[in-house]
Amino acid sequence: MTPSSPPPKARQWSWRSKAFRSIVYQIIAIAAVIAIGAYLVHNTLLNMRVRGIQSGFDFVSQPAGFAIGESIVPFDSAESYGKAFVVGLSNTIRVAVVGVVLATLLGTLVGIGRLSQNFLIKSLCGAYVEIFRNVPLLLQLFIWYFVMTELLPPIETALQPLPSVYFSKNGLQYPVPEWAPGHWMTLAGLVVGVVGAWYWSRSARQHLYATGNTRPVVLPGLVIVVLGGVIGWVAGGMPGGMEIPEKTELNVVGGGAVTPEFLTMLVGLTIYTASYIAEIVRGGIQAVPFGQHEASAALGLSRGMEIRLVQLPQALRVIIPPLTSQYLNLTKNSSLAVAVGYPDLVSIANTSLNQTGRAIECIAMVMACYLTLSLLTSVFMNAYNKRSLIKER
Amino acid sequence: MSSAENVVFQPIASRPPPSSVQGPIAWMRRNLFDGWVNSVSTLVVLAVLGLTLPHLFSWGVAHAVFAPDNAACRAVVEQGACWGVVSEKYRLILFGRYPFAEQWRPLLACGMLIALLAASCYRGFWKRWLLAAWVVVLAVFFALMFGGVAGLTPVETARWGGFPLTLILSTISLVLSFPLAVAVALGRQSKMPGIRTLCVMYVELVRGVPLISVLFMASFMFPLFMPQGTTIDVLLRVLVGMTLFSAAYLAEVVRGGLQALPKGQVEAAQSLGLSDWQTTRKIVLPQALRLVVPAIMNTFIGAFKDTSLVTIVSLYDLTGALQLALGDAMWRKFFLEGQLFVAAIYFVFCFAMSRYSRWIESHLNTGTRRQ
Repeated sequence: MTPSSPPPKARQWSWRSKAFRSIVYQIIAIAAVIAIGAYLVHNTLLNMRVRGIQSGFDFVSQPAGFAIGESIVPFDSAESYGKAFVVGLSNTIRVAVVGVVLATLLGTLVGIGRLSQNFLIKSLCGAYVEIFRNVPLLLQLFIWYFVMTELLPPIETALQPLPSVYFSKNGLQYPVPEWAPGHWMTLAGLVVGVVGAWYWSRSARQHLYATGNTRPVVLPGLVIVVLGGVIGWVAGGMPGGMEIPEKTELNVVGGGAVTPEFLTMLVGLTIYTASYIAEIVRGGIQAVPFGQHEASAALGLSRGMEIRLVQLPQALRVIIPPLTSQYLNLTKNSSLAVAVGYPDLVSIANTSLNQTGRAIECIAMVMACYLTLSLLTSVFMNAYNKRSLIKER
Repeated sequence: MSSAENVVFQPIASRPPPSSVQGPIAWMRRNLFDGWVNSVSTLVVLAVLGLTLPHLFSWGVAHAVFAPDNAACRAVVEQGACWGVVSEKYRLILFGRYPFAEQWRPLLACGMLIALLAASCYRGFWKRWLLAAWVVVLAVFFALMFGGVAGLTPVETARWGGFPLTLILSTISLVLSFPLAVAVALGRQSKMPGIRTLCVMYVELVRGVPLISVLFMASFMFPLFMPQGTTIDVLLRVLVGMTLFSAAYLAEVVRGGLQALPKGQVEAAQSLGLSDWQTTRKIVLPQALRLVVPAIMNTFIGAFKDTSLVTIVSLYDLTGALQLALGDAMWRKFFLEGQLFVAAIYFVFCFAMSRYSRWIESHLNTGTRRQ
């Protein structure tokens, strides 16, 4: 069969050509966005000139003039705004990292608990999820802050959940190991142990491929790591100095300490995010079809091997992407710290904004920091998604 | 002989199943004491509940003061809750600084809006007239709140607060962001690289920053954006900020629906000779949006909770009005009771919405799901 006439040639410069229309639409859209942007910038510049608002990022190197309640790196009010922003960012990351770890642990426990056979555990976990998901985080933070600063006993009668751990209105004080040169040996021992464990798992795999017999991996690996650490510690002269908080008349000095503000943020973010993670974990576990269990039973896999080799990889494929976005949500939600006075990035930016009046610059810096964090996360997530896609032929 | 013919077969009533299969004991054995792990965890949970619940009951009910009596509250402090703070301040918490004598107006307006929201949840009402009803109710809502018409005294937005503010911010921002979200989602799926890039940039930019920085932007930067001499109401600025924010999230939800639509639907529409616009409007959107109703509901729950953040830019929504109410030195001590009351309000609304979202998820796609 031959076509009666050749297909009509697409006319490039006609309104009837789809390609031409799409170019026009795109030009209109981009021009509109640029025009609106230019109009807003024009207004802003005009307004700033009229109101005498200074602009520019020169304030970053000027002395900040305010103190920061807590920080990983010491900060002095004579240091610059730029340094203050870095301290704020480090505080944000500190609460976010600890919160992510704790929320994952708690959320996984609750998520598995919701699938428990036990009626009481199932309903308790369900109630937990419903209560904490359906109340705004800000309100929860206010309540936790009240608990941390009003309901806890004063420092004189501090709670002591463990010896030398003090928990009171002033926050949490706990002993930390004193740094000694010998600890370098411990670290080196741990590194050697990790390498050894990796070597052990590799030889176990080779053994499996060669003979078809399995060797235990997890327990010996752990033993090798711990052994390496202990040998290093002994070789380093067994440094055992601990910096223990001492209780005086009015205060607790020494040791490690976290403020009530940090605890409020940590507890609030952890409990709130864990309720979301619990649902994700539950959904992921339920997403693995029952046939997979039957198939692995038919292959004669033990329960542990089934979970490790069959169930977990498939559940994780469902769990990881929403889990990452929960991690990101937790990081973004840590910006609510401004409400309880934890000096995070937003709170520092807010103070700087009020002192310098550089609203645009301060808000732009905050947004840039969060954007970088979230873009990094999505790069990681896309890479993972690509890796974990089902390989289909 | 005859008597034998008259005998009718009478089955004896079947015996009840043994108590090991049915009844409370069997239930308990199955759900609470199935194996030693289960039994131990049941006992542990029961012990913990037994230790905490009586305390909670004695604090919240038995020793609690319900009357707005400050002296009585102070007398039972540490032993009982003072719900008196709620009975004393509930009008301030619910309606903020709205003029006291006029508070029937926000009450009526909220009642109407909630009734309409509830009606919109019923699928039988998903008709064209519902749209008209929304327009009418929103017009009446704002007429009631603003005043200045039909002999109502005008009330400026600075005095709006409490629950009506929470409701407006969440409802209006979502209603307004919906068309924008659909447009952005379609743009993100578009074959035109220029438009696609713009939409991706918008979505990723907004989703990458916390709401609070958007709110700071709305309250500090929007005034600079406007031509000289114009001042915009702070409520309007925050509303614009929240609309732009939730539009990005909603756009992702809608995109999920667009992607879930089988490609054959578009191909079938094209082979029927429908234009691109007709395909989108009559084939793609109705199916895609129906798929994502539960997800839209979840976005709405998120928006409802997120309105609490406007407290930080000094608008007095439910959370902010509570801070206002607790500014009274007489009652500041009973902060926790007030917070729990407000938390309960949020909980009731969000829980109802999440139940609805789950219900509609199981009912909506029964026609298309294969079983």
